Amino acid sequence: MGIFSSKNKYATLYKKKETHQNDEIDLKNKKVKEEKVVINKTKGLWARCTSCNEIIYMKDINENNKVCPKCNYYFRMNAQERIELLSDEGTFKETNKKLLSKNFMNFPGYEEKLERAEGKSKLSDAVVTGTSKIKGIDISLAVMDFNFMGGSMGSVVGEKITRAIELGIEKKCPVIIVATSGGARMHESVISLMQMAKTSAALERLREVGVPFISIPVNPTTGGVTASFAMLGDVIITEKKALIAFAGPRVIEQTIKQKLPEGFQRAEFLLEHGMVDIVAKRSELKEITAKVLENFGFGEVK
Amino acid sequence: MIKYLEFEKEIEEFDKKIEELVEFSKKSNIDLSIEIKKIKKIKNDKLKIIYDNITPWEMMKVARHPNRPYTLDYINNFVDNFVELHGDRLFKDDPAIIGGTGKINGQKVMIIGHQKGRDINENLYRNFGMANPEGYRKALRLMKMAERFEMPIVTLIDTAGAYPGLAAEEHGQGEAIARNLMEMAGLKTPMISVIIGEGGSGGALALGVTDKIYMLENSWYSVISPEGCAAILYNDATRASQTAVDLKIDAKSLKELGVIDKIIKEPLGGAHRNHKRTAENLKEELLKGLKELKKLSSKELTEKRYLKYRNYGNFEE
Repeated sequence: MGIFSSKNKYATLYKKKETHQNDEIDLKNKKVKEEKVVINKTKGLWARCTSCNEIIYMKDINENNKVCPKCNYYFRMNAQERIELLSDEGTFKETNKKLLSKNFMNFPGYEEKLERAEGKSKLSDAVVTGTSKIKGIDISLAVMDFNFMGGSMGSVVGEKITRAIELGIEKKCPVIIVATSGGARMHESVISLMQMAKTSAALERLREVGVPFISIPVNPTTGGVTASFAMLGDVIITEKKALIAFAGPRVIEQTIKQKLPEGFQRAEFLLEHGMVDIVAKRSELKEITAKVLENFGFGEVK
Repeated sequence: MIKYLEFEKEIEEFDKKIEELVEFSKKSNIDLSIEIKKIKKIKNDKLKIIYDNITPWEMMKVARHPNRPYTLDYINNFVDNFVELHGDRLFKDDPAIIGGTGKINGQKVMIIGHQKGRDINENLYRNFGMANPEGYRKALRLMKMAERFEMPIVTLIDTAGAYPGLAAEEHGQGEAIARNLMEMAGLKTPMISVIIGEGGSGGALALGVTDKIYMLENSWYSVISPEGCAAILYNDATRASQTAVDLKIDAKSLKELGVIDKIIKEPLGGAHRNHKRTAENLKEELLKGLKELKKLSSKELTEKRYLKYRNYGNFEE
């Protein structure tokens, strides 16, 4: 049985380039995932990690929290995978599922973009919110998904994030937001800009209640999301090598007309500059988050 | 010398003609005042037609006009006793944002705004009005101080955006903006912001979470510049004039969207043609607005402000 005998038994995972061309690369990634279902039946999905170029058994990547077992490259996780990574099994209950974006600005091509994003991500918008438990601690959880229009924040994302924060206020439970985003959604123009103010204002109210907000910006988080809730965590935890920036590397390179130094705007760089609290390994993310919550007085400290 | 924009070129001819006639009448001692008046009238009619039919893209050019009044021009015009305060107390002073205390009509205020430069040297010093995190942190320091001393806050917004530079990223540009948004939402003092020129995205919003938002007639406010938007969506910056329409960046559209509360009239032919008159219009509206806000208790203020931002968004459910 030749592993590479038939083309559809062979898939490639693309390492995403840190440019605004993510959309196109996403598509490729998505194709891989869609194939997965079919190919898994025939047993034998292999992938090439373009970070180290090794050919790896797909199952090994998935079982390794989507981290390349050879070179430790962190592949992007979708919202579902993130929820599974952080929540105790079976505890996640989705809220506000029915919120849908609409083209109220009559921005050209927005409907088509939304439709395509829906098909691609199998989500209704770029964030999934709900309640769940993390090591037995009740939390309000919001998880963004880069596959839906680059995780951009429009009215729906802003509203769902705000409601997740309000749920924390109401239930007095910690709020955890996993952010990944290219920024504000320009198809909703100034109204998407206002979502930055809206989510930040909600966090201002959360402060009065005395429950912590743990922000987990992951690769990549840029623009209006970085410049609002993602950087406002009482504790900010991120993953190794995650790109977290206000202006993306390409924009800065255009401004200063020179190549950026290696590691610029990566998690370790942010840690060094005092912008995040913790850079975690993905496999330890849940553990660390729970520990922080326990030390804030939630759950039971062992 | 005023700079004429592409779409108002014919006005230049009129101005030249008027100048010639004035010169000639002086030299030759002939009274040409009737002729001059006539031409001025025609010119003003033309100017009115041009500005009545201005497109969002042309409006952007007016908002970026090098002769447009900047924050300091307004301060010089109607803030008495102004004392500029410097520095974020953390790292440095950012000249792209200025702020300080003063009085408008005897009323104490904290006034903060983006500051652009008039020439290249000034602009290098002011970084073209594009602030670094230090600028936003200075603004926040001053705003919190204003809260303690019960001063209303007036912010004047005029920036292409927060500066996308190396040091800005190192010092946490995203965090600085985010913190302003959060803290401003809860400040227990009346706040009015005015977009006096460019309202470039997060860099503008970081001074714009206020009780009332005003906008000068020929200003723009958007999540992204039309050029940037066209470059990303179509890979073609020349389509910016259309994206300026699509993004609804002009004061009238923003008023309809409920994002701004009031449009402040500019003199005929734009603010750059008459700084004093523009400042007078702005002062008058600020005084009216502050008077209204002063009637509210600090609890009512913050509650109203919260709801205003809470309600932004348009979706199906």
